[in-house]
Amino acid sequence: MSMKRYSVFAIAREAMSFHQNWEQAWKSPAPKKKYDVIIVGAGGHGLATAYYLGKNYGITNVAVIEKGWLGGGNTGRNTTIIRSNYLQDPSAAIYEKARSLFEDLSQDLNYNVMFSPRGLLMLAQTHHEVRGYRRTVYANNLQGVATEWISPERVKELVPIINLGGPRYPVLGALYQARGGTARHDAVAWGYARACSAMGMDIIQQTEVTGIRREGGRVVGVDTTKGAIDCDKLGLVAAGHSSVLADMAGFRLPIESLALQALVSEPIKPCMDVVVMANTVHGYMSQSDKGEMVIGGGTDGFNNYTQRGSFHHIEETVRALIETFPMISRLKMLRQWGGIVDMTGDRSPILSKTPVDGLFVNCGWGTGGFKAIPGSGWAMAELMARGASPLTEEFSMYRFREGKFIDESVAAGVAH
Amino acid sequence: MLTLECPCCGVKADETELQAGGEAHLKRFGPGASDEEFDGYMFSRKNPKGVHFERWRHSYGCGKWFLAARCTATLEVFGTYPAQTSAPPADLIAKIKAKRPTWEGYQ
Repeated sequence: MSMKRYSVFAIAREAMSFHQNWEQAWKSPAPKKKYDVIIVGAGGHGLATAYYLGKNYGITNVAVIEKGWLGGGNTGRNTTIIRSNYLQDPSAAIYEKARSLFEDLSQDLNYNVMFSPRGLLMLAQTHHEVRGYRRTVYANNLQGVATEWISPERVKELVPIINLGGPRYPVLGALYQARGGTARHDAVAWGYARACSAMGMDIIQQTEVTGIRREGGRVVGVDTTKGAIDCDKLGLVAAGHSSVLADMAGFRLPIESLALQALVSEPIKPCMDVVVMANTVHGYMSQSDKGEMVIGGGTDGFNNYTQRGSFHHIEETVRALIETFPMISRLKMLRQWGGIVDMTGDRSPILSKTPVDGLFVNCGWGTGGFKAIPGSGWAMAELMARGASPLTEEFSMYRFREGKFIDESVAAGVAH
Repeated sequence: MLTLECPCCGVKADETELQAGGEAHLKRFGPGASDEEFDGYMFSRKNPKGVHFERWRHSYGCGKWFLAARCTATLEVFGTYPAQTSAPPADLIAKIKAKRPTWEGYQ
């Protein structure tokens, strides 16, 4: 099956028929009886896993099953930030793999994901944070991740709207990743979906997995609201609902599902062309191409599957950001939303085999999964195709039992 | 906004007064336990979409820990009870069963 490439010539060609005949970006087929691989969850991570299974390993008899609509979960609910300035080696490896794939993802997928490496700053607002981030810069240099420590003066040059002086937390410098930035999150899901569909994979939306069928300790298929579907291998890539799926397969994960909220302001003139994260006061902000200030903060505290959070958390986030960016104090907020994030104890993801043969999980990305989508899919595809991947080796679900945490919660001081 | 009645001091506490403490009734496995048992106690969580029994602390009130039964899919609160309880009380179980006939019960 081929896909008509998007190009300037395609626009000219389609103009001849008044743009009435563009083919659908992806097909919506009825499920077949059996697939080599089924992926549960058509968000960014699930679709990227399917894409690299096809592209890197030639496995194209694949279905991606989605209970809602494609990209309607956390893929469409995040604040679109991309960075790889992590302290621990396994994290830096997989996040930098993702960030480097973002560099030419639009060309690879023939779909504009609007990757914008506009630069990203993590403000240091306590002396403890200064030491922490300088350490991260040294670690990143050894890992091959390009980050640098910059002075408050340089921060002010990059972010003229910032208030360096406090009052509570003066800006003492920042960890700067010049090739960090943002991308259009929906387009990442749509681009992968289109490319998967073009390889002959089936993306089956509005279909909920209701059971996981096993025989002799091995996965043989799934029950869905559209009937049973057989498979040789199954990948659970369902973020906040991973525990629910694991329960169907008879095991538990070290995961708690929490609500994370974000909000955007009314659109204003361009005023900030970098991403700024302030982890001490816990808020982060960037400006979208439409001019809206995109704002995020920390998670709510209790287990929650409702995709809505508590007002006092966004109030805390905005209150903190107003100290650092006084000019946003009179902005009207247009909308606010929540997503369900899957938090592990060490704030690092799980890409792992499970107690069930042929069943793999990719979850636990917590509050920072969007930036990892290409690297996560790349690594998960290798794990599922070959049974092991150097990128996933440290991210086993059994690392907790073995005491081999990848402790990014300590490294960053916050969930992220 | 989530409101829980603290069984220690009787205050109907707003969530800004409270701190969530995770899954309740974890059975402790210590020395001599298998790796799986210790892993299950220390790290694995039910994290259900539905009825959840959990620990809370009335941190900006009386400061005491207590337990609550709550639905994570609707945020409905079924009730609260003292922390010195090793399993959910029978009357609370019956109340939840009456509201959620398909609930598989406390496991």
